[in-house]
Amino acid sequence: MNPSLFSPEGLAGVIFLILICVTMIGAIIATCTTRLIRSVSGLAVCFVGVAGLYYFLNSPFVAMMELLIYVGAVCVTIAFAIMLAEPDEAKQARKITGLSGGLAAICGGFFAYALAYAAVNGKWMTPAVKRVNDGSLKEIGLSLLTRYSMVFELVSIVLLIAIVGALVLAQSGRDKA
Amino acid sequence: MNELIRLLSYMIGIAAFLGLNLAYLGWVERKGAGHFQRRTGPKEVGPYGLLQPLADGLKLMSKQLIIPANADKALYMCAPILIMVPAVLLFVAIPFGEHLVPREFNFGLIMMFAFASVGGLSILIGGWGSGNKYSLIAGARAVSQNVAYEIPMLLTAINIVMITGSMDLNEIIRQQGSYFWNWNIFRLDKSVLMPVSFLVFFICSLAETNRTPFDMGECEGELVAGYHTEYGGMGFGLFMMAEYANLVIGCSLTTILFLGGWQSPIGIWPGPHWFLLKMYFLVWCFVWIRWTYPRTTFWGLLNLSWKYLIPFSLVNLLLTALFIKVF
Repeated sequence: MNPSLFSPEGLAGVIFLILICVTMIGAIIATCTTRLIRSVSGLAVCFVGVAGLYYFLNSPFVAMMELLIYVGAVCVTIAFAIMLAEPDEAKQARKITGLSGGLAAICGGFFAYALAYAAVNGKWMTPAVKRVNDGSLKEIGLSLLTRYSMVFELVSIVLLIAIVGALVLAQSGRDKA
Repeated sequence: MNELIRLLSYMIGIAAFLGLNLAYLGWVERKGAGHFQRRTGPKEVGPYGLLQPLADGLKLMSKQLIIPANADKALYMCAPILIMVPAVLLFVAIPFGEHLVPREFNFGLIMMFAFASVGGLSILIGGWGSGNKYSLIAGARAVSQNVAYEIPMLLTAINIVMITGSMDLNEIIRQQGSYFWNWNIFRLDKSVLMPVSFLVFFICSLAETNRTPFDMGECEGELVAGYHTEYGGMGFGLFMMAEYANLVIGCSLTTILFLGGWQSPIGIWPGPHWFLLKMYFLVWCFVWIRWTYPRTTFWGLLNLSWKYLIPFSLVNLLLTALFIKVF
C-alpha cells in the first residue's frame, strides 16, 4: 500500500528522503573532495542531515546534541587542526593509486551488505512504534540516571582523563615547548 | 488549516520583525556612536537620518558582486548565507508573550545553544573561503573566542535549568513571578550569586556576538576588517545583519533567563511590550558598552574566559546545587 504524496505519511516520507539525501550528499562531499577544509564542511552537512534524522525519529534532544557537539565542536576543532597544521599546498590529498580503490569498494560493499542483512533479518525486541517516545528529553534523562548510570559515570572518567592529559601537555608552558 | 495559517502569519511576522530590527539597529548603533563621541551621527537622509538604513540597503544591493581570485568560490558564497540561517531560525523558539510564541519546544534552551554554535563554523568557512591571510587569522580568532565563551554561558544557563527544572523557554518565564524580585536575577533564595551569574551570562553574550570590547574577529587596526574583509555588497551586508540578529537573540535569551521575559516588573499588564522593553534596554547596553570601552587584547580575552569565568561558573553551579539541596 502506497500512501498518497500529500497525506501526512506521504509528506513524512518525502521529508525522510530529503534528510537522507542531505546526509548522503554531505558524506560524499566529505570523502570525494581534495581540499580538507571542504571535506570538513561536507562532514558538517552530513551531521546536520543526521540531526534531522534524529528529529524525524522523535528524538529532538539527541538531534540538538548532534548539532551542538558534532557541528559546533567537533567540526570546528577539526577545522582548527587543519588550519594550524599545514600550508594550503600540502593539503591537497594524495592521488589514490591502483589497488586501494578496488579494495575499498569491496570492503565498503561487504560492510553495507552486512548492515543491510542484519537490519532486514535481525529480530527486533519490541516494535519501533511502541518505543517512539524513548528519545524524548525526559526518557533520556531517566535512563541516563537509572539504567545507564554506570556508563554515564565511566564517560565522565574518560573526560576527566582527557582534561588531565591536556593539563599535562600544557604544563611546560609556551616558552619551554 | 488553522495551524497552517498561524504558522504562515508567524513566519511573515518574524521576517518583518527581523528586517525592521536588522535595518534600524544599525541606525541606532550609528546614532549612539555619534552621540557618545559628541557627533550627531547620520542626519542627512530623512528626518534624524531615519531613511539611512534604506539608503544603505539600496547601496549594498546595487553593488557588483566581486569574488576574489584567490577565494574558494563555493565556500566564499556559502558563508554569508550559512551565518544568517541559524540566526533567523532561532526566532521560531523565542516566546515574545505568553501566547505569542511561534512554536513552544520543551528543549528550547538547548536549541538556542545548538544553532548558535553552528554560527562559529560559518565564520570559519567565511574566513577560510576568502583566501586572505587576514581573514583566516580573524576567522580562527573569532571561533576560538566563541568556543571559549560558549562554555561559561552554557554552565550559567544550567543554573537556570536546575532552578526551573525545565528547558522550555516559556516555562522558565512562567516560573518567574510577576514582580521584579521574582525574576531569576534577584532570586537570592535559589543562589546568592544570581546577580553575578547574570553578569557572567551578559559578558558571555557580549563575546559570543563578537562585539567590542571583545570583537577580536574584526579588529580593524590589525586585521583590516576581520573575517569579512573580502566581502563586498550584500555579502558584507549579510555578515552585518547576522551580527544584529545574534545581538537580538542574545539579548532575548538574557531577558528570558534572567529578567522574566514578558512578566511585568510591577505586577500589572504582563505582555510582549515588557519583553521588547527589556530586550531593547539590553541592546542599548550593548551599544553603550561598545562605544565606551576600548578593545581588549586577544590573550586577555581568552584568559578572562578560561582562567576566571569558567572556574567561577563551575563553583557557581556547585553552589546552586547546594542551595537547591539544602533549602
